[in-house]
Formats: sequence, C-alpha cells, structure tokens
Amino acid sequence: MTSPVPTPSRPPERVPATGAGPSRPDPVLSLLRSGTGTVTVLLVLIFAVIATQNPSFFEGPPLMAFAKKVAPLVILAIGQYLVIVSGEFDLSVGSLVGAQVVIAARLIDGEEAMTFPVIGVMLLFGLLVGLVNGLVTTLLRVPSIITTLGTMLILFGAVRHWTGGAPTGALSEGFRVFGRHGLEGVPVLGQIPWALVIATVITAGAVLLMRSPYGRTLMATGDNDTAAAFSGVRVWRVRTLAFVGSSLAATVAAILIGGFAGVTAQVGEGLEFTAITAVVLGGVVLGGGRGTVVAAVLGALTVEALFTLFNQLYLPSTIQPTAQGLIIIAAVAYASRRGDLRLPERLRRRPDHPTEQPLDSPRR
Amino acid sequence: MTRVLTASRALSSRLGTTGLVYLALAGVLLVSAVFVAARGASLLTAANTVDLFTRSSLLGFLAIGMTLVILCRSLDLSVGYVAALSTVVAGLTMAGDPSRILLGVGATLGLAALIGLANGLVITRLRVNPFIATLGTGLVIKGYLDTQFQGPAGSIPAAFQTFGLSRIGVFPVSTLVMLVLAVLAVLYLRRTRTGFHMYAVGGDSEVARLSGVRPELPVITAHVLCSVMAGVAGLLLASRFGTGNTLVYNNGYELEAIAAVVLGGTYLLGGRGGVAGTVAGVFILATLDTVFNTLGIDPFVKDVLRGTIVIAAVALYARSQISRTAVRVRFPSGGAPPPAAGPPDPPPSPEPLAQGGKR
Repeated sequence: MTSPVPTPSRPPERVPATGAGPSRPDPVLSLLRSGTGTVTVLLVLIFAVIATQNPSFFEGPPLMAFAKKVAPLVILAIGQYLVIVSGEFDLSVGSLVGAQVVIAARLIDGEEAMTFPVIGVMLLFGLLVGLVNGLVTTLLRVPSIITTLGTMLILFGAVRHWTGGAPTGALSEGFRVFGRHGLEGVPVLGQIPWALVIATVITAGAVLLMRSPYGRTLMATGDNDTAAAFSGVRVWRVRTLAFVGSSLAATVAAILIGGFAGVTAQVGEGLEFTAITAVVLGGVVLGGGRGTVVAAVLGALTVEALFTLFNQLYLPSTIQPTAQGLIIIAAVAYASRRGDLRLPERLRRRPDHPTEQPLDSPRR
Repeated sequence: MTRVLTASRALSSRLGTTGLVYLALAGVLLVSAVFVAARGASLLTAANTVDLFTRSSLLGFLAIGMTLVILCRSLDLSVGYVAALSTVVAGLTMAGDPSRILLGVGATLGLAALIGLANGLVITRLRVNPFIATLGTGLVIKGYLDTQFQGPAGSIPAAFQTFGLSRIGVFPVSTLVMLVLAVLAVLYLRRTRTGFHMYAVGGDSEVARLSGVRPELPVITAHVLCSVMAGVAGLLLASRFGTGNTLVYNNGYELEAIAAVVLGGTYLLGGRGGVAGTVAGVFILATLDTVFNTLGIDPFVKDVLRGTIVIAAVALYARSQISRTAVRVRFPSGGAPPPAAGPPDPPPSPEPLAQGGKR
C-alpha cells in the first residue's frame, strides 16, 4: 500500500511460468517450482499411466476423442481463471451451461435456420448474466460467492419454470456440428474436432489477453485491489469484464456440451466445482493475483485425463469424486508447502511463490 | 431514496447489524402476513407456525456451525455431505434398536468431529485454502457414499424419531434443541477464550498471531464444531426419514447455510458478526419458504425468488456496512468488546478500512 505503483513490475515476472518468457536465470527450475510445473508433471504422469493401460490412446482418433471431451472444460476453466485471478469466484457457470443448453433446445426446436440466431441470443444472454454477476459484485459490494450462488439458483429455477420442469425442444444438426464433428480426413489424426479448434483459439486469445494491458490490470486487481485502485485502475470495470468473460466462456462451453451430449435436465450440474478444481490444480491461487492461463488449461486437461484413467481402470464412476477431492487437496497442499521450517513464518515464503503480502491481509 | 438510505444508516448505527437483522425478520414476517392475507389465507395459523419452526431447525444447526467457521475467515462446503454421511452412520449404528440410540448418536457425532478435525488440520497445517479443503472433503465423502450405498440404509428406532417428529405446543423439539445450541454458541463466542480468539483470527490472523494467539486452535475448533453441528443436522434428518438417506447432499445445504449466515449479518471475510444474527437469518429463509408454500408458488419460481432475495439482502447489508467500517467498529454485533483480563486480543487494526474498500 505504501508503493502505489506495484502494477507494472509484477506481471512480467510471472510470464516465464508459461514457459514462453525471455531469458531468466534458470527457466527450467523456476518452471518446475511454479504451479505450472507441478500440474505438468502430474499430467505427464497420468498420461504415462494411461499409456501403460491402453497403448493405443495416443494413436490419433482416441486422442482426438479425448480432446473433444475435454474442450468444454478447458473453456470453462479459462473463464473461471479470469474471475479467480481477479480475486472472485463464479459459482454460476454450471447452472448457466445447463440454462443455455435448455434455451437452445427450446428456441431452435429442431429448425436448421434458427441455429445461428439462437447462438446469438445465447451469447447475449451470457453477456447479460456476466454483467449482472459483475455489477452486483462490484457496485453493490455483494461477495461474489453469494452473488453467483444467487444467480445459480435464479438460473436453475427460471429455466425449469420456463420449460415446465423438463427440457423441451431439440437441437438442430447445425448446432451440434461444433460439439460433434470436425475437420475430416486429416492424415494421422483422422479428424480434428471443431471443439479442439475452438478451445485452442480461446486459449490463445486468453494468453494474449493476459499479456494485454487489460490482463495486467486484472492480475494487479486480484493481487491487491486497493493498490490497483490507487494506481488508477477502475476495479469495478475490470472485475465486471472478468465475470462477463466467464459467462461467455460458459456459453461457448454450453454450445459444445449441448452438441456433444445432447439435452438433459442435468446438463452442467457440478461443472462449476470441476472448473474451479481444474483452475486450482493448475496452481492458480484462490484470492487472486497469481497463476497463468496455460496452468488453468493444463489443470483442466489433468482433471479430464484423470477421469479417463478411471474409466480405463474400470473403477466405478461413483468413486471419481473421492479421487477428485483427494487430488485437489493434495495439489493445493503441495503448492502451498512451507519453505525452510527453521526460519520464522514471515521469512519462509519463497520469493518465487509468495503466498501473501505482508501488508495485505491473508485472503481466501 | 437518499433519505431512506440515510435513515437506514442512522438506524443501523444505533441497532448494530444484529438489531438490523431482527428488524428485517420482523419486516419479512409483516410483509408476508399481509401478502398471505391478501390471498385470503392466514400466515400465522398453528399449522404454518409449526411448518416455519420445523423448516428452521435443520438449516439452523448447519448455519450455527457455519457461523463459527466463517467468523474465523474460513468456510465449510462439506456440511451437506457430512450430514448425509451422518444419516447413514446413525441408521446403521442404531439399526432399529432403541438401546443403541446413545451409541448411534455418539458414533455419528464422533465421526463428524473427526471430519471437522481433518478439515481444520488440512486448512491450518497444510495451508490449503478452506474453500478447496472442504470442497475436497465433501467430494471424498460423496464418492464414498455413492459407491457404498445405492439407497436408504439402516433404520432409526421409533424412540429416536421423536427428535424429528414430536413437538411441545407449536415448538418442534428439534427447533428447541436448535435454539438451545444457538444460545450455547452465543455464550461460547462471548464468554470463552477460544470464542474471542475466533473473532481475533477472523479479523486478522497475522495480527492475532503477533498478539500471542495461536491462530490454528480457533480455526480447528470452529471446524470441529461446525462438523458436529452438521452431524446433529444429519441425526435430525435421519430421525425424520426413519432411515439413513445418502441423497440429502443433493439439497445444497452448505450454500443455503452460508446464505443464512450472511443474511444474519456475519461478514463473509471473518471477524464480525455472530450466532444471534444467524438465527434471524435462518428464520427469514424459513419464513420465505413457508410463505411460498402457503401461496402455492411453483417450486422453480421459489428458487428464483430465494436467489434474488439473498442477493438483495446482502447488497443492503453491504451498503450499511460501508459507513460502519469507516468508523472502525470492531465488534459491532455478535461479540462483546475485548476482554479486560485474559490474553491480549488484537487491537483494532486499520485493516478493516482497507477491507471496506475491497467489496
């Protein structure tokens, strides 16, 4: 708080964690120590086990099937990342995905011509939900966990009331293309799913976004919003945009999920926690200000790879939550492990992974 | 509009948050009574009052525990799962045998306490974010329940079902138990060392530590107590169903409990608030439910209304809190001022000012 301009100096230090930064003393070591390194190792490990169980997994088509399945979660994780890195939560994404799929089915009702207008309506609706979440959180000062919990309830109830309890209508083939089909006849891979293309584009866009002035501001806001406000950031606008980003990401994910899995009343249930798991697994710190897009994406891949592994080991699908719970706790515990225990608490914090600021209060 | 705001601010400074919450409860009751009367029914019939109290007991147990945890600047997302597990443990241990009631209650609460201990240790020792730690615990329990039990399990002896089903006058026994526990929790927070330390650690863990408070102990205690309360809620559910039912975790109790706590004026970032306000928050939610039932509102619209009301209420509190944080009142409602004797409590730090700017 004493130095009003911590903003510009911070984010560049974190960029190398994505592995793309310029010269640092020891990029490999710092990568391994960061959250990105941890999740990469975990992902490689899980893939290795999958490979021993099912050697054909990496032969193209199965890998592309995996990509098709993981794409929505990647997109959701990126959206959740934007909100978490700004110091907030978005618990409404699961409900929003469900709502959007139901809205699409009801409005399209099997008519091809309605596909793109309805996608437009969905994007507008996502924009609206994000704006409401963001403005209520920032301007009305309602904690985001309560705001998005409220939106979750509202979306859940409103959509079911609108459709009379069970989803009605049907999606068009044109709508389902994004979740189901892809570029056919690619040499080794067979098919490159559109879902993979969309997820890649959004990932690249998010990486660029976090390097843009907006991204740096978002990171600074999440790190210390008081300092950010003192250095001229309009905190409410930055955070509201993050919520809008998350809701739009949920909309895109809904288009993919709807196309891939179809319409049921349960679509999207619990997705918000899976997305948060993915983001946190990537070493993104709840409370804001730390973590990279790539780490969040790797986190999403890891979660989905883990579920795939369970399927291959013929474990009952009901055990998945248990493993998800244990792994998320272990990952976060590992990420926040202490340094040298002989030092006093304040000096134990490792410089490359500070857990809190002396002047800033510890956050949730 | 501005006049209303100034008036509400003046009022809030005189009443404190808890007073404001009870005022809101009275307002909700009044408006509901008028609404219901306009539809040609009556809100305060014996049947409706019983319904209201019955609804409040379950949420009350969970919300009282959640208050302690939130006061310590922590969170517990596992209470719904702990309650579900508790119904099963109670059902299986009692196995329909009245002589095993005590054993069943002991086993249930003991297991719940162990889960709370695990939560607290993971949060304090492993320094895992409480959101993640308790979400993780909840998922672990969910996986266990889904894998082991496909349907109702065990059975509750009729003698124990009186806990959930019988009542004295219009007061259900469970509600009376809830109110007694609420009073105990208020006393605990106001009279004991650990109770004070919960406020201290929630206000600023670092300052508390520098003042000689071990920040781990209050947090762990709060988590143990919260889980035990979830266990009590599980016992209540079991005694109502007459059997262990794993699917109760689908009801989203944890989020509803958090909503009740925040409605009760406890600051979500810890250090301010109290159990008295939470009880009012619970009754507000229960009143709304009863009214929706009486008016025969579509269950899905209920969700919409509930979400809107919670957001609106918290927004109103946040508005009145802006002025209060500016004058740095440390214990505006639920807590007494720092003790004269005993261990040093943290001095009012300038930190609330910074927090006020945050939300």
